[in-house]
Amino acid sequence: MLTIGLTHYLVLAAVLFCCGLYVMTTKRNAVGILIGAELVLNAACLNLVAFSRYRTGRLDGQIAALFVIVLAAAEAAIAIAIFVNYYRLLSTIDADEGRQLRG
Amino acid sequence: MTGEAIAFYLLAAVVTAFALGCVLASNIVRMALCLLGTLGGVALLYFLMAANFLGAIQLIVYAGGTLIVIVFGVMLTSRAYGTKLRVRPLEMIGAAVVTLALLAGLTAILVRTAGPVVSPSTPDFGVAQIGTELLSTYLVPFEVISVLLLAVMIGAAYLVQPEKK
Amino acid sequence: MQDPVVFRVERILRSPWLIFGAGAVLAGALALALWLLFPLYKGLLADPFWFPILVMAIMLNLILSSTAICILAERKIAGFTQDRFGPNRVGFWGLLQPLADGLKFLLKEDIIPTQVDKPLFLLAPAMALIISLSGFAVIPWAGEVRWPWAPDTLVSTQVASLDIGVLYVLAVASLGVYGVVLAGYASNNKYAFYGGVRAAAQMISYELPLGLGLLCLLLTSGSLRLEEVVRQQAQSGMWYVFLHPLPFLLILVSSFAEANRVPFDLAEAEQELVGGFHTEYSSMKFALFFLAEYAHMITGSAVLVALFCGGWAPLPFSSWLADSTAWWALLIKLGAYLAKVAVCIGLFMLVRWTIPRFRFDQLMRIAWLSLVPVGIALVAGTATLTVLGLQRTWWACLGLNLVALLGMLWTAARSGRTVTGRQDDLPDIHVEPA
Repeated sequence: MLTIGLTHYLVLAAVLFCCGLYVMTTKRNAVGILIGAELVLNAACLNLVAFSRYRTGRLDGQIAALFVIVLAAAEAAIAIAIFVNYYRLLSTIDADEGRQLRG
Repeated sequence: MTGEAIAFYLLAAVVTAFALGCVLASNIVRMALCLLGTLGGVALLYFLMAANFLGAIQLIVYAGGTLIVIVFGVMLTSRAYGTKLRVRPLEMIGAAVVTLALLAGLTAILVRTAGPVVSPSTPDFGVAQIGTELLSTYLVPFEVISVLLLAVMIGAAYLVQPEKK
Repeated sequence: MQDPVVFRVERILRSPWLIFGAGAVLAGALALALWLLFPLYKGLLADPFWFPILVMAIMLNLILSSTAICILAERKIAGFTQDRFGPNRVGFWGLLQPLADGLKFLLKEDIIPTQVDKPLFLLAPAMALIISLSGFAVIPWAGEVRWPWAPDTLVSTQVASLDIGVLYVLAVASLGVYGVVLAGYASNNKYAFYGGVRAAAQMISYELPLGLGLLCLLLTSGSLRLEEVVRQQAQSGMWYVFLHPLPFLLILVSSFAEANRVPFDLAEAEQELVGGFHTEYSSMKFALFFLAEYAHMITGSAVLVALFCGGWAPLPFSSWLADSTAWWALLIKLGAYLAKVAVCIGLFMLVRWTIPRFRFDQLMRIAWLSLVPVGIALVAGTATLTVLGLQRTWWACLGLNLVALLGMLWTAARSGRTVTGRQDDLPDIHVEPA
């Protein structure tokens, strides 16, 4: 318990992941779902860095985490652009209201 | 108890508290604020793991860029002040059961498969090494990411342009 | 007819003897205390662990109290620019005005409106101040010093020597907007809300030119450590502002925007938004925002001075004191640093009272259509110079900057769109002749 190893970080990342999953499944607000996705991505990043630090001993995990951060930024930019259009169209941000494409 | 352990448990508590705040918050701006706390905590954990560059990038890009975009989106799309996020009770219970079961399972597996605790023997990587690696070993993903970012930029600009009259 | 008692009090307050006498007594007491207690803190000064903490305590106090002086200076400069006196009623030459202002802020009623989001409303000013103060940690105030009573230990006057110093500054600068955005949201007030939205958009836009300008500098210096950047400039005597005037301007303009100062203070814009994000704030919470703005300005100036104006190097084009670690050199270096910061702040203030506020579309156009393209061109050019090994050759750098400037002017002259033009997406106005 007292020496910090890989497992500690992995368990913390699991907690973060589950929080993100819960947020993604229960929130109706589209931005809320995006926030949940960010939590999940953070959990993944934490895992990558921990593996890089405690297992491989190389930089690969850190660089993968770097790519994840950049991808998260891109994802958020596109998602917010879509949400703004969604809001213009339906004047709500509730993800359940977007039903036009349902047959 | 070493300083590293104290720092880890403190940061883990902070990160968990903010993540739970994200879960329990009934207001979208408070959720975003809790996400800010989580991001900051994770950045400090990166510093703890001697990934200084990554921690700084997390603060600059994630907390200073992505989250600002999200907050901006919240402000553009919130119709009434202080709208409560509604969650149906049945859904809440279902999601809670599933995620808690998942968490329990993951933790059990992680603890059971935990190898002996090895202290990291890796050298602390500097910014220069990350740069060299990024432009030699990981050159292809790097270029792919740059093309993707360009596509995202064009796509976002196209999506939000005002309708032509 | 003036009340004779008030008249007499006012006369005492305005006499130079009071303020200079009090100042002399305070300074004398401080010097005496420092002299008498010298054996007590002698060990701490030479300790590599305690010395940065002492530096932090001293610098934090210096900065917080200099914000008060900054406010007086700001009002005096405003008076100078607008051809009037500025504050001159409290104390000789208005020198006690900061004290009166502080008292006023403390004694005013602290109002929390009923419909606000209370936790966020209380958190916002604290966050603004904490974030703007935490940037000081990496500033190398006066290089390294060896005390005469402990010649073996070299202590640094920097609180934290990070290998990612410049990135830390960028991170703190990018977090600074949260105080404003939160205040705007939590106030539950349309004007405050607009202020918050504007602040968020402005911050995202001006992060880019700031980052691009910093990239030019990093390519030139080859180090992310602030103390290393300063040391290079001090040793060669070639401050980076002489090599890269355009990146300096980019960062200067962006730091105006990051500090929410006129001409970029659209988040408060009192004529359109009644004060914007701090509309609902009163008394000490308002003062915290004020303090945060000034602290942000001082941090911005300190970073700018460290990166471009040679930090603690006292003289340009000479390497005087660059390798000296004597205690008297420390004092000269610190004095040089603070003097440069003061000049920079004076520039901030002069600009505030000279240039009118931009309209929002102008603000966006400046960032995206002029600063960012120039920044990208400069980064590409500096990278080319770095590959050729010419990044610290003055004629190459100045040539690059000149080419970029000429290209900018040529494009601006050709494009026919002006920054001060009408808003693009407004319908045309047809005025019928009467």
